[in-house]
Amino acid sequence: MCRIGAIKSKVAFHPSQALYLMLPQQEGHDNSGFAMVMQDLYGVFAGYKDKPLMSLACTQKGAKLVEDYMESHNFVPVNEWNPKVNRSPGLDIKAMPHYIFRNYDYPRSYKDATQEEKEALLLDTRLAIRAMLEKDELGYIFSFWPDVLTLKEIGDPRDIATYFGLWDDKGDMMAKNVIVQCRQNTNYDIVRYAAHPFFIQGYTLCANGENTFYTKNKEYQKSLNKGYIGFESDSQNFIYTLHYVLHELKWPIQYYKHVITPLPFEEIEKRPDKAELMAIRQSLGHLEINGPNTIIAMLPDNNIMTCCDSKKLRPVIVGRDENTVAIASEVCALNTVLPNRDQEKDLYPNEREVVVITEDLEVQRWKQ
Amino acid sequence: METVRTQDVSVNDLPWKIEYLPERCTMCGSCVATCTFNAIEAGMERRSITVSTAEGPEPTQRHLATPVIKQKNSVANHCVGCGMCEKICPNKAIKPVRNPDGRENLLARSTGKPIKRGGRNNLQQERTFDKIVIGRISQMTDPSLDSERHTFDILAPFGRVLPPNELPFSTQNGELHLNGQIPPVRWIYPIIFSDMSIGALSTRAWEAIAMATAYLNEKHHLPVRMCSGEGGMPVKLMESEYLQYMIIQIASGHFGWNRIIKAMPKMKVDPAGILIKIGQGAKPGDGGLLPAAKVAEHVQAIRGVPKADLLSPPNHQGLYSIEESVQKMHMSLNAAFKFRVPVAIKCAASATSVSVYNNLLRDPYRICGGFFLDGIQGGTGAANEISLDHTGHPVVSKVRECYQAAVKQGRQGQIPLWAGGGIGLTGDAAADAMKMICLGANGVFIGKILIQLCGCIGNEHGRCNSCSTGLCPTGICTQDPRLVKRLDIDKAAQNIVSYILALDSEMRKMMAPIGNSSLPVGRSDALVTTDRAIADKLAIQYTC
Repeated sequence: MCRIGAIKSKVAFHPSQALYLMLPQQEGHDNSGFAMVMQDLYGVFAGYKDKPLMSLACTQKGAKLVEDYMESHNFVPVNEWNPKVNRSPGLDIKAMPHYIFRNYDYPRSYKDATQEEKEALLLDTRLAIRAMLEKDELGYIFSFWPDVLTLKEIGDPRDIATYFGLWDDKGDMMAKNVIVQCRQNTNYDIVRYAAHPFFIQGYTLCANGENTFYTKNKEYQKSLNKGYIGFESDSQNFIYTLHYVLHELKWPIQYYKHVITPLPFEEIEKRPDKAELMAIRQSLGHLEINGPNTIIAMLPDNNIMTCCDSKKLRPVIVGRDENTVAIASEVCALNTVLPNRDQEKDLYPNEREVVVITEDLEVQRWKQ
Repeated sequence: METVRTQDVSVNDLPWKIEYLPERCTMCGSCVATCTFNAIEAGMERRSITVSTAEGPEPTQRHLATPVIKQKNSVANHCVGCGMCEKICPNKAIKPVRNPDGRENLLARSTGKPIKRGGRNNLQQERTFDKIVIGRISQMTDPSLDSERHTFDILAPFGRVLPPNELPFSTQNGELHLNGQIPPVRWIYPIIFSDMSIGALSTRAWEAIAMATAYLNEKHHLPVRMCSGEGGMPVKLMESEYLQYMIIQIASGHFGWNRIIKAMPKMKVDPAGILIKIGQGAKPGDGGLLPAAKVAEHVQAIRGVPKADLLSPPNHQGLYSIEESVQKMHMSLNAAFKFRVPVAIKCAASATSVSVYNNLLRDPYRICGGFFLDGIQGGTGAANEISLDHTGHPVVSKVRECYQAAVKQGRQGQIPLWAGGGIGLTGDAAADAMKMICLGANGVFIGKILIQLCGCIGNEHGRCNSCSTGLCPTGICTQDPRLVKRLDIDKAAQNIVSYILALDSEMRKMMAPIGNSSLPVGRSDALVTTDRAIADKLAIQYTC
């Protein structure tokens, strides 16, 4: 079973914190992988916040293909960070030959482009590179977005961290937000794309659980947006719905929960906003999820959100101290990264609740 | 001695033979009186018996004439196997037995006309449903639900559902507000009591189903809806609040609509919906048929017709295209109720169903509120046997194809799919319904099983199937007041209510193992089949 976690802090921190959050929960996962998305970056990326950052794992040939593609599409590389890897024998990691984290400047023709046009360009570019690399298994592109870095690898999280030097707090790779998960997807094939967190156009999400409406969701999502592809995991449905509701339909965030776990008809009937809720439930019936799950999502404005399935079949806990809020599947994770917090203030969101941590660490909490 | 005439009809030529035990018979006459088909009669037989009445054996032979019950050697009065004689006989002296050597099919066209009967297709016995099981059982990390303890949302839409980006929403203070009207959508129980008209059914049988509908709604809060069938409705019902549970049907004969339109100003509530019948799954393309024998006075009144064979044409005269159908019928019926009542259409499953559904999905007016697909295994009140047995289309793959066509366009759920025609044929309507739902239907409609619950003894093995004759032995499909009296309508309604309550529990019993608390519409991954061809056709998992 997956274990998931997130840390949001007023002070930029090192990804080792994410590992400390996840390792105590290792009984609940199988050490088959490690994946994290960092957002609001500092360290070597601090000066490039508005420059799209590509997170790529690939072969030599793949790297060359990507370079050529980006050049021919007039992207200009402005910054690159290559992790110094530790190739000691005995590490449990199925490493790719190259890991590239590179900031690009937009093509000159996008100088006066709107935000929407830029977002479309970044998505198109990521999809094109993914398709290009997929052919001969030349590599994986996880995200291409300003101020967002993704790392995914197959193996033991501890060894992966050793391999990438994540234990050493050198100050080069820092962020104020991280979402993390330590397990490859065992429901389907072990592929890097199946490891959450998933990312699309500024939205990041990981999930602990199952989605028994996977087929229903997938069949509907496929026609909604060209970026809704892959479906290597039933948890991808959650992010595509999040993206669709917030980014495409531009509905306020509270309606996400109404889409994935709509209120029972009887309860909707009693609500003052029943006309709206019924319209949502009937128009988006195919995006309802079923089954046990908890999700943690990060939004383009750096807010972090968590909520559960409608029967509360999966755990989640939110805890905080003055400068940091952490979310995890299990309390032992919080005890490790926030040992001095006031445990009485821990939140255990229920099946109808949504918790959002805002940029200034305000914890918003409401019932759907 | 006469020479045998080989063309003479004998009892052995008929589909059912009477098994009669004269030694048990007291000649009470009940069986003869109860047989609506006039298939048996009292008669005399000459017998030769040997008796001995003395103290020692002194056998003597006697000849005597003895009264007996005899089956008639008549095709017109052949026994249909209804078994009413057996039911009424106090001594178990008589019962019908199926005759495998019958030559009915060769004899019954002697009038120069096609054979007419009611019931179902009697040849298509194979059922796809029986080769499919719900096989994706939730275990371990994805637990099954508890069918008794968890809550389940078992409702289905009836009405046109807009795509989310067309909802007239505005955002104010971080909240969505619906501005303006969207097409009406009713969330109802995923089982609709299908369209059997007053006329096809006796008024009392129709009333029993209407009573069951009202009881399920009022007492058990199950929003089951009943479709009137083409033939009008009692004015009292139309002017009562129970109208909200009724879907009013309009078909090509427009029977009953005069009274419906006249009642509209007096309606206290809106009906649940309107169903335009383009065609039906049983004997498709043959139109509706109500033989004159069933057009009793009250049926003449309710339909506004004289006593005559009532034929609904196989097509709607004056409609020749889907666009026209949408504009004329949908528009006018939507407008009639000021766009407050959803309007759906019912078509026979056909090789062309997907094209029709696609056209409706793309209709720019967004006013078709449901696509009812009716398959070859549906039942009917009266039809030509040739049409019943040899025309039509299985519904299962057709519903699946329609759903897949909608998926391809991202329009699934926008025009709810309702499937019928053989749902509950083996008695397990819940299982059939759930499988259909997993394949993409939003709900199902049932008809034949309802009258079977009322007491109809007809089946798809040629038993009874006499709905066309006006002689229904159970008082269900007849307008003869003496026969209608046989039906205890309270008991009939109670049987339907009990069955639906059981079905509701059974629906949960199938949703719980796959971990779903709301209907798994289109969850084809929940189904598996042991038949490779079915797996390929329906795109579900093959298993063995």
